[in-house]
Amino acid sequence: MRVVVLGLGNILLRDEGVGVRVVEALAARYAIPAEVEVVDGGTSGMDLLNTLAGCDHLLICDAARTGAPPASVVKLAAAEIPALFLTRFSPHQLGLADVLATLVLTGEAPGSITLVGVVPLDLELGIELSSEVSAVLGQAVECLATELRGLGYPLAPKRPAAIAVI
Amino acid sequence: MTRITIDPITRIEGHLRIDCEVNDGKVSNAWSSGQMWRGIEVILQGRDPRDAWIFTQRICGVCTTVHAIVSVRAVENALNLEVPLNAQYIRNMIITAHGIHDHIVHFYQLAALDWVDIVSALSASPEGAAKLGASLSDYRRNGLPEIRQIQEKLKAFVGTGQLGVFASGYWGHPAMKLPPEVNLLAATHYLQALEYQRIANRIVAILGSKTPHIQNLAVGGVANPINPDSQSTLTLERLFAIKAEIDKLGEFVNKAMIPDVAAVGALYADWTQYGAGVTDYLSVPDLPLDTKGTRFELPGGYIAKGDLATFKPITSYQDGFFRDGVKESVKHAWYRYKGGSEARHPYEGQTHPQHTTFQDDGKYSWVKAPTFYDKRVQVGPLANVLAMVAAGHEPTKRHLNRVLEIASAVAGTQIPVEALHSTIGRIAARAVRCAVLLESLQNQWQLLIDNIAKGDLATFNRPVFPKGEIRGFGYHEAPRGVLSHWTVIENGKIENYQAVVPSTWNAGPRDDADALGPYEASLLDNPVANPELPLEVLRTVHSFDPCLACAIHLVDTERRPIVQVKAFG
Repeated sequence: MRVVVLGLGNILLRDEGVGVRVVEALAARYAIPAEVEVVDGGTSGMDLLNTLAGCDHLLICDAARTGAPPASVVKLAAAEIPALFLTRFSPHQLGLADVLATLVLTGEAPGSITLVGVVPLDLELGIELSSEVSAVLGQAVECLATELRGLGYPLAPKRPAAIAVI
Repeated sequence: MTRITIDPITRIEGHLRIDCEVNDGKVSNAWSSGQMWRGIEVILQGRDPRDAWIFTQRICGVCTTVHAIVSVRAVENALNLEVPLNAQYIRNMIITAHGIHDHIVHFYQLAALDWVDIVSALSASPEGAAKLGASLSDYRRNGLPEIRQIQEKLKAFVGTGQLGVFASGYWGHPAMKLPPEVNLLAATHYLQALEYQRIANRIVAILGSKTPHIQNLAVGGVANPINPDSQSTLTLERLFAIKAEIDKLGEFVNKAMIPDVAAVGALYADWTQYGAGVTDYLSVPDLPLDTKGTRFELPGGYIAKGDLATFKPITSYQDGFFRDGVKESVKHAWYRYKGGSEARHPYEGQTHPQHTTFQDDGKYSWVKAPTFYDKRVQVGPLANVLAMVAAGHEPTKRHLNRVLEIASAVAGTQIPVEALHSTIGRIAARAVRCAVLLESLQNQWQLLIDNIAKGDLATFNRPVFPKGEIRGFGYHEAPRGVLSHWTVIENGKIENYQAVVPSTWNAGPRDDADALGPYEASLLDNPVANPELPLEVLRTVHSFDPCLACAIHLVDTERRPIVQVKAFG
């Protein structure tokens, strides 16, 4: 089995980059099993074909505007994902929507897709998250960790010694 | 008179709006309005110049690699820092592999659907397509079983009713003119291209340690330790794995892509009459062959009025002709300059937003308008190919001749070099450049192997920052043309930083002299059969391979903007 945890967003626009920051924090907090690949996807499109092709489960973390208040952490059920990603939902035509649509064409679409979204507050220039979104980073990390445990990976926290080495 | 607004243009990266006035079935005026990432100087001000590339590669999701490499070049230029040969070769391989990836994606995944009718391919005779393929080249994947299998796959896919990647095509449009068999052959290669672009990307990943964000750069070289025997470094084993990937790519580019582009171009020969626009061209040399950047594998320079005899080369990383010629105008862009509104050199660049409504005669774009010695220039593969031909670059001349020969044979008439100044010419030039890059990738691989064999394992020279102010610029002939970064460094910290990106040159609005930008100028006199379905406008705009920095990747469940084409007369 192969699982990809994909963080998306632009880290130069504060909360826009929260997805990248969450997967970084996930990899810093937990020992990631060999079958799970944690990827900082930034704002990439077709460059992700190799990474996503044929994976069994895809967990995406991204800034998401869902109508919930800023700094909410939301999980979108698999059934809602196609509407988000498989239709053209934004001007970013070569984004993930195209990668996933392409993988449908080649018969290599991920077996399942789950999205953990964080509702952004501040999308201005800057590399720091807003304090509100920063405060829920851990919650989003745990949301991803719960998903991974649900897939059968009992995630263990990194031991302090290991963290010190890093 | 009919006015068409296309907002956004699809199958591109980023957000671009095009407005056209159409009279008697032809475009009589045009405006290009885009979103462009402008703010890198805000992020970088006061930072360590050695870290700048880590941030600049986040400007754009497609162009991560190119913004990283040109950033370290700018800082090295400010320091007059030499770069070890191995580091140059490794960077050159990353650049060429990335360029090949980008050019394959553009032709097949982005541009081809303006010319190739996927729905028509479903009714084609697979035997006819295989025969056609065999007449164009000895490509081993033009066989009947593979073509038939791909047609069945497409039929099943379209049959599900979910067009997915093909949803934005103008199927059955009267301007679609290819016979079904040509459409099927091109569709077959469309699917194969998905495999080959991934091979190119794997080369970048092996050398850059990761994609989409390479990790191996450093001001002064690369962070790839070379040890022919150690497993944890760039080993001969890995280098030979790269060689095998390069050979696979070569087969596809030379035997599928070049014949496809030539044949499609020949069958749309009328499109060599449209889309020339700005025929002053600018490109820069690339793939440095020495530590200082005074010798390059690929030439570049300036060409006036489409006349190759006027070619003026750009010759080094210190080149004053390039350095002193660049300015950016904001007369028609949503910015203001403090202390004088005239176009500014990037070292004196500013980014103060001043948004207005869309004003045809005033400000109407987030893209600044760059000029070269106060004139508009077109950048991109066409500019680069013309410069390389003018400089007598043998591989470029050879691949261009091959494209023109195939196209002439298919068209049944001699197609001259002058046909390149056009919409179809930009697409053809990109394929030529892709084949040239492939040869360069092979050369750079050999140069690296030979240099390591000599016992040179150096990959890095340590940068030392002096007290006081230094300035530097770096340039790169990126997949969409001239990319330059400009930095002012004070006491080892960044004081100013400006990126003048390829799509700014081409997509920019009118300038201080109200001269049209290359997108705008190229649209004049384009035919438009049906203003409600302006496929012809998309053909010309797509031929530039627009990339207007994708700053944002937000998932929005509440708002789903779809493409709007508005036509009112």
